[in-house]
Amino acid sequence: MPTIDLAGIAAQLQACGITHMVWIPDSEMGGLEAHLDPSIRLVRACREGEAIAIAAGLMLGGARPAVVIQCTGFFEAGDAFRNVAKDLGLPLFLLIGHRNRTAFLEGRSKDSAAKHLQAVLGAWELEYIALEPGGDPAVIGELYARSQGSGSAAAVIVAE
Amino acid sequence: MRTDECLAALAEHRTAEVVIASMTSAVRWPAYSDHPRDLIYVPSTMGGAPSLGLGLALARPDLRVVVLNGDGSMLMSLGSLVTIGEQAPPNLVLVVFDNGMYAVTGGQPTPGAGQVDFASMALAARWPITHRFSQLGEWAEALPGLLRAEGPAFVQLTVEPEPTSITAPPVPMSERLTKLLAALD
Ligand SMILES: Cc1ncc(C[n+]2csc(CCOP(=O)(O)OP(=O)(O)O)c2C)c(N)n1
Repeated sequence: MPTIDLAGIAAQLQACGITHMVWIPDSEMGGLEAHLDPSIRLVRACREGEAIAIAAGLMLGGARPAVVIQCTGFFEAGDAFRNVAKDLGLPLFLLIGHRNRTAFLEGRSKDSAAKHLQAVLGAWELEYIALEPGGDPAVIGELYARSQGSGSAAAVIVAE
Repeated sequence: MRTDECLAALAEHRTAEVVIASMTSAVRWPAYSDHPRDLIYVPSTMGGAPSLGLGLALARPDLRVVVLNGDGSMLMSLGSLVTIGEQAPPNLVLVVFDNGMYAVTGGQPTPGAGQVDFASMALAARWPITHRFSQLGEWAEALPGLLRAEGPAFVQLTVEPEPTSITAPPVPMSERLTKLLAALD
């Protein structure tokens, strides 16, 4: 079974000119740190809401952060997301690990985290695309360019 | 001491620092300051002001960033003390106004009201500078040094409980941000 192309994702972050990766790892995306170009500063947050607020401050200062979290953390961070994307209107860019997405879509998992993510993203009117197993990480660069161009938040959900 | 007195003292010593004001400070700071580098952070995400300040301080090491936070908000994101302790931006000052209450929602007590040693928590999270002041003179005396210090610097101000109410400033957030960003160039 194809796994997540962590090296490909890291290369995309670098190609996008990401300056800071603000994150809390999960078991699937956890290896990303090892692939990260040293030019990208890692900021380890304690909660995902914190990660999003840090990214907002980074953007106000002209940096180009990416927030990398699991969908569980996105649920936790709802109010921070609301404030940064809606009140402050900043083009927050997220990579969200979609826990058990593949197993859920194939009927092998009933994980509530897998089931409800897209409905929550929809409720937030957040543009997103899914990076499926074996998919081309280039979608990250494309969505990042679009989000920074339009000035709106966007997310890539990474199938786990 | 009163929150207003502490803010007035800060305004007296403040020069080019960015000041991010949340909760009661967001309500009262405009009485003492109308600086282009003020961010009246309303609407906010409760607990997010220190993290917003951290991001700005990391992105712009040439600036000095002062964050004014409530004790209830600090309790909501205690982990951010650890995150900031690790990132250790020398240009960040975090001030917690410890009034022992959620002032802007009507003055309900916070958990551990008035008995939480935030400064010791910051010290334990490896902040190089931590203070706890309950006398206005001490705060005023420390201010010039704090605003120049190699931080991050943490200050807990024990202030009188004074319920208040909060409304967003008449100028929309988008305009406030545009003004702030122009002042950061
Ligand atoms: C996540 C979240 N929970 C609750 C609230 C409601 N709320 C708004 S302000 C506030 C109190 C803030 O207290 P504190 O940080 O101590 O500042 P003070 O009002 O004392 O200045 C609360 C509970 C909120 N806005 N967001």
